[in-house]
Amino acid sequence: MDPWLKLEGIVRRFGANEALAGVDLTLGQDEMLLVLGPTGAGKTTLLRTIAGLERPDAGRIEMGGEEVTDWLPAARDVAFVFQQFALYPDWSVRRNLEFPLRAPGRQLPQIEIDERIDWAAGLLRIENLLDRPAAKLSGGEMQRVAIGRAIVRRPRLFLLDEPLTNLDAKLRESLRVEITLLRQVLHIPMIYVTHDQTEALSMGDRVAVLAEGCILQEGTPEDIYRRPVSPMVARQLGQPVINIIAVRREERGWINSAGVQLMPAGQGAGEMLLGIRPEDIATEGGQVPGLIRVVEDAGAVWILLVDWASEAIHIITPKGRHFAPGGEVHPLIDTRRAIFWPR
Amino acid sequence: MSFIVCEALHKTYAGGTEAVKGIDLACEQGEFVVLLGPSGCGKTTTLRMIAGLEIATAGRILMAGVDITGHSPKERDVGFVFQFYALYPHLKIEENIGFPLESMGVGEVDQKKRVGEIVERLGLGELLGRYPRQLSGGDQQRVALARAMVRQPKMYLMDEPLGTLDADLRLEMRELIRAQQLASGVTTLYVTHDQEEAMSLADRVVVMDGGLIRQNAAAVTVYDEPADLFVAHFIGSPGMNFVAGEICDGQFFAEGLSLPVETSVRAGPTKLGIRPEFVTVAKEGGLPASVLMDEYLGSCRNVHLQTACGRMVMRASDETAFVVGTQLRLTWPAERALIFDPASGERL
Repeated sequence: MDPWLKLEGIVRRFGANEALAGVDLTLGQDEMLLVLGPTGAGKTTLLRTIAGLERPDAGRIEMGGEEVTDWLPAARDVAFVFQQFALYPDWSVRRNLEFPLRAPGRQLPQIEIDERIDWAAGLLRIENLLDRPAAKLSGGEMQRVAIGRAIVRRPRLFLLDEPLTNLDAKLRESLRVEITLLRQVLHIPMIYVTHDQTEALSMGDRVAVLAEGCILQEGTPEDIYRRPVSPMVARQLGQPVINIIAVRREERGWINSAGVQLMPAGQGAGEMLLGIRPEDIATEGGQVPGLIRVVEDAGAVWILLVDWASEAIHIITPKGRHFAPGGEVHPLIDTRRAIFWPR
Repeated sequence: MSFIVCEALHKTYAGGTEAVKGIDLACEQGEFVVLLGPSGCGKTTTLRMIAGLEIATAGRILMAGVDITGHSPKERDVGFVFQFYALYPHLKIEENIGFPLESMGVGEVDQKKRVGEIVERLGLGELLGRYPRQLSGGDQQRVALARAMVRQPKMYLMDEPLGTLDADLRLEMRELIRAQQLASGVTTLYVTHDQEEAMSLADRVVVMDGGLIRQNAAAVTVYDEPADLFVAHFIGSPGMNFVAGEICDGQFFAEGLSLPVETSVRAGPTKLGIRPEFVTVAKEGGLPASVLMDEYLGSCRNVHLQTACGRMVMRASDETAFVVGTQLRLTWPAERALIFDPASGERL
């Protein structure tokens, strides 16, 4: 099946700066794409270009089989949810929700407007807030209303620009789940941009990693996390960050720069970069002792910083055993989970 | 003697909002204490009262035994780091860092020496000749930290200093702040809404809600032995699961579920709490559940489930995905369950 949204070679320049440097992307009719990238990667420009708020300097955009590159934003029928909630503070929640439905040219009968507001309010659990002025809402409630205002329109495409960034951590956690559940009901294609790796991994069918206006990798969350194409992509996901060690293959196995064998020989040869996630190193079972420098309590697990074979590595290990700085472990790399990149 | 003592501290704003409703708090010399809670819990107001930026409506603040409740911020000698960098845009980085010393009247030679030390400790050498606008957010916040440290204050007060940074930078800054604090031994009070940040930084976590302290204990205690339902839910990502039921004859009953509990717990209606990492799929028996959603997180997954006792989350291995709609049964080790009073919310 043809993708519903297609971006080909999108370039957007601001002066000498190329915010988007040739982006190709596709999105299926019922798909949620997460775009992950640091501040300044071009995420917002990408969404604004899709919405028609920015004109690309090169490239083309297709929606539902039609080229829309030159269409006005209104004609594209795209809903945008921003990081800032952008509600009318003096208006009631109901009036805020009605606003997009009363736009000139829509002419929806009142009964349909009411029906859509009831539907959206029910989905987002804001029924009891409908008569309250927007200014009296908490941050989480405001962002619910902002999402509600986007969905009452039943747009063809839903664009979300870091909608949870300004919220408390705990609220982010619960709204993350709400949005994913909402999506199971809505069946509207969505693009969600974020710098939060947890959102990127957990919310999308597919993830695109964006840096300096280029897509570095695109794939399922598992692809991106388990099979990152480069150390740069690998470092964007995982907390704490993936361990990356320069190694070379010798007869007895993979050796680091200090001449210590870290792993038995498997596939591969020559000089490589070894990537191993902190949860893929066991604290016991290896030959070479490691010295625990820092023990961090992460609730369900410990995060250890260990000096091992002249490398500083992070290990995530379940609670149960007690660890203390100065203690000894014998790290063992799970060879099935090792990632190699050429140096 | 504790370094900082707050006694029955109250703050009511002019509009009548009671932000802090009488808290008692003590920080030992050299301790790293985190005030943790949702927006509006009173954590920032508490910090600002200790800094002298807000005047307490009632109660006392003692620093090293001296009553400082009425002292100006300057007299208190604290280093403040805000969420927003608040650097002087027209001053170079070197001048920004040196500014507090300048205004304290420290001589030029001494100034240079102290700025040099901080710059080296925080690795800011390359940035000295630049202006704030030429720096990334992370670097600006490192400069803000340097400016607070250069004064060698008696105490650091930090108000969500990592709030606006990207996730990877937050982690790096977190390690930097902790390392600096351990090295300098300066008492630090740090405000955040992020429980993960709190757990990783703090010697002691003070959980606040509604202007009151809910629990004041080591991170591991707050996680394993939460004082009440609020703390149990707030700490942990996701928070603890709760199942409403009844205790009778040393057994917990709820919707076809029956689990042994310690006999010392009194009979009657109760709430059972269980952390997501202790929930597993039962071979037989257990609580019937249907999969709502599978959140892949890389190192693990959070499986969200609908049960007759409400929604629950199970922390599962990353290796097997759960299909939405799958029916399964849940169980957990009885000794991992905590019992709460459903009326007061307190842990029994």
